[in-house]
Parts: sequence; structure tokens; C-alpha cells
Amino acid sequence: MLSYDFMQNAFAAATIVAVLAGAVGYFLVLRGQTFAGHALAHVGFTGATGAVLIGIAPLWGLVLMTLAAGIGMGFIGERFAQRDVAIGIVLSLSLGLGLLFLHFYTAFATEAAALLFGNVLAVDRDTIRILLALGAITLATLAVIARPLLFASLQPELAEAKGVSLRLYGVLFLAIVAVATAECAQIVGVLLVFALMVGPAATAQRLAGSVAAGVVLAVLLALGEAWLGIALAFYTDWPSSFWITALSGLAYFAAALPRPRQVAQAG
Amino acid sequence: MNAVELRNVSLALGGRAILDDISLDIAAGEFVGVLGPNGAGKTTLLRAILGLLPPRRGAIRVFGRAATRGSAEIGYMPQTRSAAAGLLLSGRTFLAAAVNGHRLGLPLPGKAQRAEIDQALARVGAEGLAERPLAQLSGGERQRLLLAQALIGQPRLLLLDEPLISLDPRHQAEVVALVASLQRTLGITVLFSTHELNPLLGAVDRVLYLGNGQAALGTVEAVITGPVLSRLYGAEIEVVRLGGRIFVMSGGHDMESAAHQHENGHGHGEAHPHSHDHALPEPERGDA
Repeated sequence: MLSYDFMQNAFAAATIVAVLAGAVGYFLVLRGQTFAGHALAHVGFTGATGAVLIGIAPLWGLVLMTLAAGIGMGFIGERFAQRDVAIGIVLSLSLGLGLLFLHFYTAFATEAAALLFGNVLAVDRDTIRILLALGAITLATLAVIARPLLFASLQPELAEAKGVSLRLYGVLFLAIVAVATAECAQIVGVLLVFALMVGPAATAQRLAGSVAAGVVLAVLLALGEAWLGIALAFYTDWPSSFWITALSGLAYFAAALPRPRQVAQAG
Repeated sequence: MNAVELRNVSLALGGRAILDDISLDIAAGEFVGVLGPNGAGKTTLLRAILGLLPPRRGAIRVFGRAATRGSAEIGYMPQTRSAAAGLLLSGRTFLAAAVNGHRLGLPLPGKAQRAEIDQALARVGAEGLAERPLAQLSGGERQRLLLAQALIGQPRLLLLDEPLISLDPRHQAEVVALVASLQRTLGITVLFSTHELNPLLGAVDRVLYLGNGQAALGTVEAVITGPVLSRLYGAEIEVVRLGGRIFVMSGGHDMESAAHQHENGHGHGEAHPHSHDHALPEPERGDA
């Protein structure tokens, strides 16, 4: 399996993205902003299709558009990121715009499917280099702000009183989520970003009692699900995104179901 | 030295005047109960002392210095229940988030920080809660952890916003006794806001009663009287003392109990006591 170049590339890309998605996803779930992450992915679709329309690489359209939207959401307010209706409208608007861009660029149907549902087997070396650089910068930023971000996420009122700027860390974090979302979209597509970013993190939070253990577990789960998903795709010829979402869902429900009382509590 | 000084302070929230021209001194080491009806400005006053809300007029000083955000001298227990109540994170992890929480870096506590967490846990008798998931703690146990969190950083002034909310009378008494013993043993100043005066009787040195933009600070005997409270409520108030308890009545209704019921959406009054000491977390409350 690993004798093929495209498989080596797929595993390399999945490794970079899974580490980033697991770590960022942990905080995303902790902050109750998973829906915001979902919306950012959709905004990224507009960016990617727009980029193709004007003739640049979809990845850059994704990154720039999600970054702009993430920072914008952060500035509009901490609470916006938790507002279902506003986010839902942004979400459908971005998909609609993406559809319009597709309409103008008619030879785009296969690439549209790749953007929406991911095509990790088509990732090339150049893309991997970009993923690695962006991922390293993003992860380093997260490591630097992790302590105040955690404080602001768990105890916003107390953190504010202790001099932590909720606005600053809200904006920085959504910028981090934006890059992570754009990277995830390369593997599983904009519609299935949840599978890598939210699934492993939510599973880890059901199992780990401390933040460090939770982040490590989220990263390991994301890695395991991505690797196994790609391997299963290779042997079955089914889409890798399907396998990754299936494994992500399976792990989450396996962690959640044996303790129904806690499922109710998390609601 | 005074722990808190207000000089001609006026506070407003979104254009609405909350407190008007208040001056008062709270001495270091005092235990002061902050009382008043909903919207009287209890939380607003605490936020102003924290430096989160600049006064429209006047000056607020904490241990002689102008109130500023991020003061290490103040420990704070906010009223709003954080979403963390539903999490499976351990109590220790939750507490640890507050240790140096404003500094950049990875949230991995070192030896000194772990010792401080242990000390704070021991001070509130919550050692046994540290390893349990937050979601499995009762309301009273979670209050204990939040109190431990407020003690992180060795503050000299504790601001506790409604620590008795959603607790049954037995747990209310436990929290008050715990705070009183912390105040004595650590020699710290405590401002303790609450709807209900009775759980604080015998524990507080003085009460600060807010209402109608005004404030009255003094002993329970001096402040909880018909004339003073009538001024603060802007209505005819009768104070009834019965079997060591005090009831603030207006037109035959118990004001404090009514306020509490209104705020929580269900009764915690004397007539319908019921236990909150169960494993499920309290639902998020929308009250400010």
C-alpha cells in the first residue's frame, strides 16, 4: 500500500492535519463552538470555489476565506460564535455563493465533489509542504495561548476579572480554527470537517479527566481514524472520507453509549 | 487600612443608572453581606470593584489603590454557572485553569502551582472532590470548588456573587460557615452577595443593602429596619423578626423569598424547601 506515491502523500497529509485537528478540536468542543467551526468550513467552500474561478489554488482560497471569516466572527463578539441562527444563515449563504461560483465555472463538477467531500488521495507534495507550514504555525500559536484560552473557556467571568481579554483570545482562537478547518477540508472536505475536528475531540472529552490527557487522546484518535480510514479506502475502494466519518462516529458513540447518564448530563 | 472604599460612586449599566453617589468604607478583615432586590446592583457593584466596570462618577479604591482589572489581591466567584458544569473534566483540572491563567504558555502546572491547588482544595475541604468529574458534583460541592478557585493566588479580598443560589438551606448554612471560617483563619475581607439575609445572620459583621440606586451599610440591627428598607425599596416595608429569623415584608409578602423565586423560576422559599443535592448539574440560568 505504501509503495504508491499517492498513498504516501495521503498518509503524510492526514498525519499533519489529524494532529492539528485533534488539538484545535479539543478547545473547540470545550468552548461549545463546534457549530462555528462547521460554518467556517462552509465559508471556506466559497473561498475555494472563488479561488478556482479567478485561477488560484483552492487551498489558498479556503485559508484566506476561513481566516477572514474566523477573525470577523471573533470581532463581532464572543457570543456570536455560539449563536445558532446567525451561523446557520452564514452557513447556507456561503454554500449558495459557492454554488454560484460553480455555475460560472462549469467544468468544475469533480473538483466540487473533492472540495465538499475531500479527496486525500489527490494531495500532492507541494500541498503537503503548505499543510505542514500552516499546521506548525497554527499549532505553535495554540501552544502559546493555551493557558489563557483554557481559563477563558472554562471560567470566562473569572478570567476577565483576572485580566484575560475574552475578545482577544476569542479572535485568536477562531483564527486558529479557521486554518485548522481549511486543512481538514483537504482530507475530508468542507462538509465533513466535523469528522476530524469534532469527533475525536468530543470522544476524548468523554474519556479524559484532564486537559493534557484530553488533547493527547484527541490527537491520537484523529490520527488513528485518519490512517485507518485511508487504509480501508485503499483496500475497499470506498471513499476515504466515508471511512473516516464512520470511524469518527463509531469512536464517539462507543465512548458515549456505555454511560447513558453522562450522555444526558452533557446535553 | 480599608479593603474597599467608594467615594461618591455612581454606576450605570447600558445607560441605566444602578447606583447613585455612594460613599462607603469596608475595613480589612470584615465579612459583609451584600443584599438587595433583583437589579439593585449587587453584581454590578462587585464588577466595579473588580475594575470591570468603570464608575460613571467617583472613585473606587481597593486596599488604597484605584480598582483595576486583573488585581491579584481580589478573589472572585462569579454568579453565572459556567458551561463547565456539564463537563467530565476533573475538579482539579477546573481549578488549575485559574492558576496563572492570565499568562501565556501551556496549561501544565508546575510543582509550586500544584501545591497551591492542593492548598486551596484543603482550605475548603474539597480534597475528595478533586479527582471527580465536574458533572458528577452536586451544586454544593461545585460551590466548594468555585470557592477554592477564588482562593487561588492568595487574595486579600473575596468577592462572592450569590454563592447560595440553588442550594437548599442545609448547604446554604455549610457554605456560609465555610466562608466565615476562611475569613477568620485567613484574615481576609469578604463581600458576599445574596438574596436571603437569614443564612448570613450571626456570620456577617455588617450588611450592605442596595436598592433604588442607594445603599445602606451597617449592622443587621441598624440596616434591616422598616424605615431604612422602605427607602431602599421605594415602598412601605415591614421587618418581622420571628424565632431568630428576619423577614422583610411588603404588603404581607416576603420580599426576599419572592425575589428568589422569581429569579430561579421555581421556589426555594421556606414553604417549599427541596434538595438540590443530586448528581445532575443545575440547568444553565439566564439570570444576570
